[in-house]
Amino acid sequence: MSDTSILKIHNLHAKVADEDIEILHGVDLELKKGEIHAIMGPNGSGKSTLAKILAGHPGYEATDGEVTYQGEDLLEQEPDERSQNGVFFAFQYPVEIPGVSIANFLRTALQSRLGEDEELDLFEYQDQLLSNMELLDMDPSFAERPVNDGFSGGEKKRNEILQMAMLDPTLAIMDETDSGLDIDALQVVARGVNTLAERNPDMSVLIITHYQRLLQFIEPDHVHVMVKGKIVQSGGPEVAHALEAEGYEQYKVAEV
Amino acid sequence: MPQNETIQDLGLDEYKYHFITEDEPVFRSGRGLNEKVVREISAQKEEPEWMLNFRLKALEIYNSKPMPTWGGDLSNLEDVLDEIYFYVRPQDKMEHSWDDVPPNIKETFERLGIPEAEQKILAGVGAQYESEMVYHSLKKEWDDKGVIFDSIEDGLKNHPELFREHFGTVIPSADNKFSAMNSAVWSGGSFVYIPKGVELDTPLQAYFRVNQEQMGQFERTLIIADEGSKAHYIEGCTAPVYSTESFHSGVIEIVVKPGAHFRYTTIQNWSTNMYNLVTQRAMVHENATMEWLDGNLGSKLTMKYPSTYLVGEGAHGSVLSIAYSGDGQHQDTGGKVIHAAPNTTSQIVSKSISKGTGRSTYRGLCQVHEGAVGSKSNVECDALLINDTSRTDTYPYIEIEEKKSNIGHEATVSKVGDEQLFYLMSRGMDEEEAMALIVRGFIEPIAKLLPLEYAVELNRLIELEMEGSVG
Repeated sequence: MSDTSILKIHNLHAKVADEDIEILHGVDLELKKGEIHAIMGPNGSGKSTLAKILAGHPGYEATDGEVTYQGEDLLEQEPDERSQNGVFFAFQYPVEIPGVSIANFLRTALQSRLGEDEELDLFEYQDQLLSNMELLDMDPSFAERPVNDGFSGGEKKRNEILQMAMLDPTLAIMDETDSGLDIDALQVVARGVNTLAERNPDMSVLIITHYQRLLQFIEPDHVHVMVKGKIVQSGGPEVAHALEAEGYEQYKVAEV
Repeated sequence: MPQNETIQDLGLDEYKYHFITEDEPVFRSGRGLNEKVVREISAQKEEPEWMLNFRLKALEIYNSKPMPTWGGDLSNLEDVLDEIYFYVRPQDKMEHSWDDVPPNIKETFERLGIPEAEQKILAGVGAQYESEMVYHSLKKEWDDKGVIFDSIEDGLKNHPELFREHFGTVIPSADNKFSAMNSAVWSGGSFVYIPKGVELDTPLQAYFRVNQEQMGQFERTLIIADEGSKAHYIEGCTAPVYSTESFHSGVIEIVVKPGAHFRYTTIQNWSTNMYNLVTQRAMVHENATMEWLDGNLGSKLTMKYPSTYLVGEGAHGSVLSIAYSGDGQHQDTGGKVIHAAPNTTSQIVSKSISKGTGRSTYRGLCQVHEGAVGSKSNVECDALLINDTSRTDTYPYIEIEEKKSNIGHEATVSKVGDEQLFYLMSRGMDEEEAMALIVRGFIEPIAKLLPLEYAVELNRLIELEMEGSVG
């Protein structure tokens, strides 16, 4: 683990694009190379807004502050540029793309990373896809299915993990990846993230979650608690354990 | 295109036209449609008298029928028809020079990766063609099996009895105003006969027949699939067809005899000044199957509803269609299926994409005659809108006279969603790539039924069309 800063958020304020109500009231956060951070918070705390701002979702707007990713202004970049620069965003609700197979979808995504005159080597691509699926313990036939179309919640999340494996990000942001998953699916997802973090120890991961349970399977280096648009506590894994025992009530009381 | 460039770029320069063909007199009918024109066409083709009479009768019918007031906007059509030549002898059309083809069309060919020889055919300027050799070897195979695949003119000359027995029986001249027009002035098209029990693995492709009659404005095609035969006919191409004409009205008649299986694939990509009004119909007998695969990408207005008459017990028909309407285009397409015998089944799947100010209309008819017990039909139409200015309409007509039948209809309209675009962009695709992928997925159920090279071209074309669709 080095001291290289990957993501630096300073005094970030943000709102929903077509509303005037501020949701984030000055968030500060720094992720270094290879670190796993978790942001926990109750419903409505703004943690998902933070994730969407980082991904460049058009429905959200930063109104103040800075976000620096690898020394560059992240907020200036379009969602596709962010992806090409190594940011991966795992969706809470992955979107269905009927008629497009996962294999075709990933091929297009990888092709878009190449220059205009470069063709993706299809044999290499196929090998890469199969080895990643093997690594994540997925059946090769999974890649032939249309993207998220008719998938169960667990399958959608597995698909996100497969994409993450293929796109091999510098920074992965997991937006409530654990929501709506039963314990088996949760373990599959956690195992996937751990496997990829092991494969690429330089990858930084930001996990956004409501529940502590995902963190039973993925051990974060840092845990932050977000309440009402601000980070109110930061610490090691013990913060998450305390949260499990005492819940979010303590923060609400403290604020009053 | 600026007005002053039009004449030159479209190769319409009259003087040059005559100059090039100086040593070979050009036959060209006068403008507009009248009895003299019809007689001239028939005389030029050295037709038997019954055909001349057939044409003249059709002309009468044409003149007696009013312009349709439903479907697309035909209000300017009368003016167009007054200006066009109803007959230009085919070989003269070949005298266009490759240099006359507008650069934008050439560029599209390049980007589609179509070989130059093929480009020339598509642009209507080719004379010889590399795949002629392919055609010849296939032709020998077909000849050995007794398959006839000829121009419609040669069909009439060389197989007069077979021709006369079926011509005009599936689509009578009086069917509609444009079938009457075609019956009066038809020229070019194919005559196909598949003998009993013969199965062809290789599709019969209209562009293998190297003469540009296939590009005719009033093409007429007659296909007879005899008992137990199986074949696939492909007309057109996904590449843009460059035409100096602005009106196309074809008639396609197909007879599918008992137990036969026939598929007819059309991909039209006429230039966007074209009125494309086509009547296609198949008569399907006992336990036979007819499949229409219909792609409409080009033209200003297309009105085309491939029809299937299920006249024998156990007959099956399907129409699978894709329509793409870009700025200023209107695709008014769909399908008709008539269940006139017991236990007949049919399926219509229609998918349309409208972009910019494009408009796609699904217009379909499903009719079940009394006594057609146990018949089943399923209609599904899905429309995809790319922009807020795009439009789609659905007109499904269902007429059921038989209670013991089962008819289903389902329609969906979807707009390319912001969430879909964001999802794909967050994986690194730019907005246009994302849009193209969504559209490709939408048409996939139909594209996968096309021969590979057509599917590939169709996909590339959709990508080109999606450029500039955003922002």
